Amino acid sequence: MLYRESGQFVTSYRADQRVFRLWQERWGLALLLAVAFVMVPFIANDYWFSAILIPFLVLSLAGLGLNLLTGYAGQLSLGSAAFMAVGAFAAYNFHLRIEGMPFLLSFVFGGLAAAGVGVIFGLPSLRIKGFYLLVSTLAAQFFVQWVLTNFSWFSNNSSSGVITAPQLIIAGHDFSTPLGRYLLTLGIVAALTVLALSIVRSALGRNWMAVRDMDTAAAVIGISIARTKLVAFAVSSFFLGIAGSLWAFTYLGTVEPHGFDLTRSFQILFIIIIGGLGSVLGNFLGAAFIVLLPILLSNISNNLLAGAIDPGQLENIQKIIFGALIIFFLIKEPDGLARIWQSLKRRARVWPLRF
Amino acid sequence: MSFFFEVLLGGLLAGVMYSLIAIGFVLIYKASGVFNFAQGSMVLFAALTFVSLLERSVPFWGAFVFTLLIMLVLAWAIERFVLRQLVNRPPITLFMATLGLSYIIEGLAQAVWGAQVHGLDLGVSDEPFELGGMLLSQFDLFAAAVAGTLVVLLSLLFNKTRTGIALRAVADDQLAALAVGIRLHRLWLIVWAVAGVVGLVAGLLWGARLGVQFSLSLIVLKALPVLIIGGFTSIGGAIVGGLIIGASEKLAEVFIGPIIGGGIENWFPYVLAMLFLLVRPAGLFGERAIERV
Repeated sequence: MLYRESGQFVTSYRADQRVFRLWQERWGLALLLAVAFVMVPFIANDYWFSAILIPFLVLSLAGLGLNLLTGYAGQLSLGSAAFMAVGAFAAYNFHLRIEGMPFLLSFVFGGLAAAGVGVIFGLPSLRIKGFYLLVSTLAAQFFVQWVLTNFSWFSNNSSSGVITAPQLIIAGHDFSTPLGRYLLTLGIVAALTVLALSIVRSALGRNWMAVRDMDTAAAVIGISIARTKLVAFAVSSFFLGIAGSLWAFTYLGTVEPHGFDLTRSFQILFIIIIGGLGSVLGNFLGAAFIVLLPILLSNISNNLLAGAIDPGQLENIQKIIFGALIIFFLIKEPDGLARIWQSLKRRARVWPLRF
Repeated sequence: MSFFFEVLLGGLLAGVMYSLIAIGFVLIYKASGVFNFAQGSMVLFAALTFVSLLERSVPFWGAFVFTLLIMLVLAWAIERFVLRQLVNRPPITLFMATLGLSYIIEGLAQAVWGAQVHGLDLGVSDEPFELGGMLLSQFDLFAAAVAGTLVVLLSLLFNKTRTGIALRAVADDQLAALAVGIRLHRLWLIVWAVAGVVGLVAGLLWGARLGVQFSLSLIVLKALPVLIIGGFTSIGGAIVGGLIIGASEKLAEVFIGPIIGGGIENWFPYVLAMLFLLVRPAGLFGERAIERV
């Protein structure tokens, strides 16, 4: 079933270093993108775009950002939402204050600003590790939120720090419809995902994994731990920053600093736990899970139980289910949904045999 | 100058309350190496259970004993269904499991007892009184006394009883402790139960101060810098860390806050803890980790 690597030989180093080495993988990816770009716009309606597909894509990207840091480089972080906030507010200000700044470029600058802030709050990781690092990232979480709320310059003096998305016009095309916002988000997320896949296969990604698995040993074989960790913080924050801009501008439209609070950080952490630490695919699975589960639960309660459970109680139940699922995953499948996908693939390869 | 001391003392007394939360952490970290993120939700759960029982006109001590029993059951369930399944996993996995645990406990507490704010009166008046020209809160002094008693009791437990010695053995080396016949599971149960009791005490004091509500579970985040400064493995460190955080937070709010725009209480402790870490990566009283390849 499915496909095997057999028969596909590489004859050059270039070919050996490709991210997608098998033709099935390349065509599979192309097919997936074709479906996402061409077919989905015909099938889905505005509700699907605004309530499911866009948040799914943005959260996947945010999960990817955190996964690079936590899953690949092994640095625990509870401040993801802060870096998202930096990205969103920086992109907003770059677009607002620099005349004629192209929209996409302001996203990139927003990401770079987030990367800078990420490096600053990553500095303590040179001295400390593990749980102690939580404090540094929590400091980022609270400090960034405080700065954005208290200094109204960042939100162009709007009341309570709310920022509103500018017109989404890129090269003369208007992307303000749900479909346009979906396509814009999808394009950015797809490009960054390929970038992430390349990074984790590069020397940088290998260094991250070496530091994650045992930093002392990594230092012994000559990897500069300081640089590796800081680059991890920078790249991860860049991804998170872009995710933050997307969250603010293509998903919500208006956002306040409070929208990037600790709950959001936890949400992103759960995505990577459920999806799988140290996996790119896992972020998408985890994000889909996190986005769909609440919708599923409220549908069940509305349709099957005829709204017998009031919304407050439903939220509590949702919390309990999330918590239980996290523990379940940690016990039964510590590598998350991505691992389940892997073993399904393995089973399919040897089918109908079992091993 | 008298104002300075008033703020300082107020901060120190508030810091005692942080220490109470931090002690719960230290207990569990010492015995099982788990960074228990669910401590905050245990505080919430205990306080909410207690206050809801009081409101259903259960007498004070009845409610206290009943809540204690519930905390014991909770500890048993956590040990049985979570910790035992996760033996020998990396600490980060256990940490994330306690994150999940905190969601379950919070959801459970609110699903059972509702999400509204409850007032809690412990019968200690919160009237300030004057001492040497400074205004002090009677309630804060009471809280400090309770915390002090708790610390003395816990040190006795740790240093003088058989269980305590076993706990220290487990903290030192789990495998070696198992090899000499210490029953690990029972000790975990004990230590989570004790942490639950500490959580109950902390929950009552915090609840009387702030009202019993969801935000109680967030004080766990304030306990983090306390732990960092004191070190993860020292009860004394938790107390000292709590005092440092409480005092510096209040002083910063009063004296630095107005200069840069107020509300800095929220992040100041973390920045302070970060600066501490740069100087002493293992906290004031923590054990320095030795690494081997």
